Amino acid sequence: MLNYTIRRLLFAIPTLVFISLVIFLLLQLAPGDPMAQVPLTVPAEVKQKMREALGLGQPIHIQYWKWLVQFFWVEPLHLFDYFFSTGYSDGMQRVISWQTRSPVMDIVAQRMPQTLWVVGMSYVLGIMIALPLGIISAYKQYSVFDQVGTFISMVGFSVPTFFTGVLLIVIFSVKLHWFPSIYDTTHVVNDWDSFVFQLKQMLMPVSVLALYNAAQIGRFMRASMLDNLNQDYVRTARAKGLSEKVVVLVHVLRNSMIPVVTVIALGVPQVFGGAIITEQVFKVNGLGQLLITAIQANDLPMVQTLTFIFAILIVLFNLIADVLYGVLDPRIRYD
Amino acid sequence: MTDIAPQLEQEARSQWWDVWDQFKSHKGAMMGGGFLIFITAAVLLGPYVWTLDPQKLDIRAKDIRPIYTFLWENGAKVSWGHPLGTDNLGRDTMAKLMAGGQVSMAVGWTAMLLSIFLGTAIGVVAGYFKRFDGLLMRLTDLFLALPLLPLLLVIMLLFRDALRQAVGPEGGIFILVVIGIGITSWMQTARIVRGDVLALKEREFILAAKSIGTSSGKMITRHLLPNVLSPIMVSATLGLANAIITESALSFLGLGFPSDFPTWGKLLFDATDRMELYPERVIWPGLCISLTVLSVNYIGDGLRDALDPRIRGR
Repeated sequence: MLNYTIRRLLFAIPTLVFISLVIFLLLQLAPGDPMAQVPLTVPAEVKQKMREALGLGQPIHIQYWKWLVQFFWVEPLHLFDYFFSTGYSDGMQRVISWQTRSPVMDIVAQRMPQTLWVVGMSYVLGIMIALPLGIISAYKQYSVFDQVGTFISMVGFSVPTFFTGVLLIVIFSVKLHWFPSIYDTTHVVNDWDSFVFQLKQMLMPVSVLALYNAAQIGRFMRASMLDNLNQDYVRTARAKGLSEKVVVLVHVLRNSMIPVVTVIALGVPQVFGGAIITEQVFKVNGLGQLLITAIQANDLPMVQTLTFIFAILIVLFNLIADVLYGVLDPRIRYD
Repeated sequence: MTDIAPQLEQEARSQWWDVWDQFKSHKGAMMGGGFLIFITAAVLLGPYVWTLDPQKLDIRAKDIRPIYTFLWENGAKVSWGHPLGTDNLGRDTMAKLMAGGQVSMAVGWTAMLLSIFLGTAIGVVAGYFKRFDGLLMRLTDLFLALPLLPLLLVIMLLFRDALRQAVGPEGGIFILVVIGIGITSWMQTARIVRGDVLALKEREFILAAKSIGTSSGKMITRHLLPNVLSPIMVSATLGLANAIITESALSFLGLGFPSDFPTWGKLLFDATDRMELYPERVIWPGLCISLTVLSVNYIGDGLRDALDPRIRGR
């Protein structure tokens, strides 16, 4: 298993390098100029100097190499310095945003908590809804509960998050005035009232994403339970005289969870991607919103870094899913 | 002697009739199919019945509410001339929904066909020709590791203006969206098709065909493709739903179709600024997208059951 994990980790490196190259080359085609907003009174040669200071105008392979060094060496080193107050990265050039002229990673670190709170919470909530839903639906196949549950998960799976989000805003913010329609990221929780306000403002974005996640995972859970419920070992367990509860919740559930756990792991990076839309709907000041504003403002270093972070998440969670699959299911041997 | 004839008549029945019988028994799929036919007819034939021009500005008739608003709001500005109301420039909402639906559906179908074509081609080649298998499957893995929505957004940003200048504002963005969605959604189809082709290759009828000297091209078109048709059809429905949602998401994020050439997603996005006052402008396009996608997904569910011979027998 360890052998397999190490091999997969090594294989992840060329994958990531290739993806970084794709992203980098794609963005090289961008027509935008970071000097577009500099006043016209600035002479052309000064502008040229400013461009060179940003690392533009050099050959493509050198720019690519410098970006790789910045991303994989300077930024981690800076993080190390930050935690252990050392000075290894002093004087090294970090990835600079063209919009704010500050290091990209600092902005990402500022935005990360919002995304993690809203998106992470919704994923956990979605899983907590999906698992019991899938188990009961499969156990009582074709019952009313199953029909309703399947219909709701079909709806959650089909209705795009930008429509559910907008619909919730129209109903609960505009008509009923129960919840705020805009997520206030500057809000500080320090007493009961502010905590209640935080809950209120998180409720709508979290439930929109949770419905979507619950729908997807619930379908998998149901299908996986159905596959296992008709297996011979279930009949054996019943024939041994085990109680129905033990049969379903211990024997069947544990086997059904194997594919579901990997689906859950694979879904984590997708949640970040899907959160782009939800963050836009509720004006949550998170990573997805950062990406959209960076794209609109032609801030290439920011777009490049964020897209690459998403790619790393996908590769990482693919790896986790595969390893988990091997750990959970002893029938699967990778070697 | 006499009862042989009717038996023979019953046997002359292709498997597609069995598939149809099973499909008919899936209520959700039948309703989905009905709705999809209805909405397709509405966006294609609707403009011939409802002849108002979706682009025609009529400032005097602006901000008309839908006709049903009259039920709860007595002084509401409603008009039978505009049953679903008008927008802030007086353009008729129903005509706009039909025009937007045409674009949304066209994008959905074309992008789905492109992605199915790419997926099938790559899957068949990878499964049938051993020497391409490793390379093509690594490529598929790489594509699956790309962050697709961010990359799609970036592609939109980069090529939008160039293509608009080359092909014209409407054609350019259409081509871009279709190609963008097509090349970012073929991977699942390719994997499924490859797996099925690999399994089929071990079967006797392939060996038989090979032993009478069938060429590779004939082998693929005559023996392999008809046998992988079922999974392709199921992933086509998923692809259609995915393409419609992705297109509207792009438009919703402001990087898809422009406002003068709107789709359902763009109509929804344009209406979000004033949704406190005019919620119907958000709800109608949203309902169109959601119901279309829901019906397509139900059709996919029904097809999956109908095409699975293990379920069909019961």
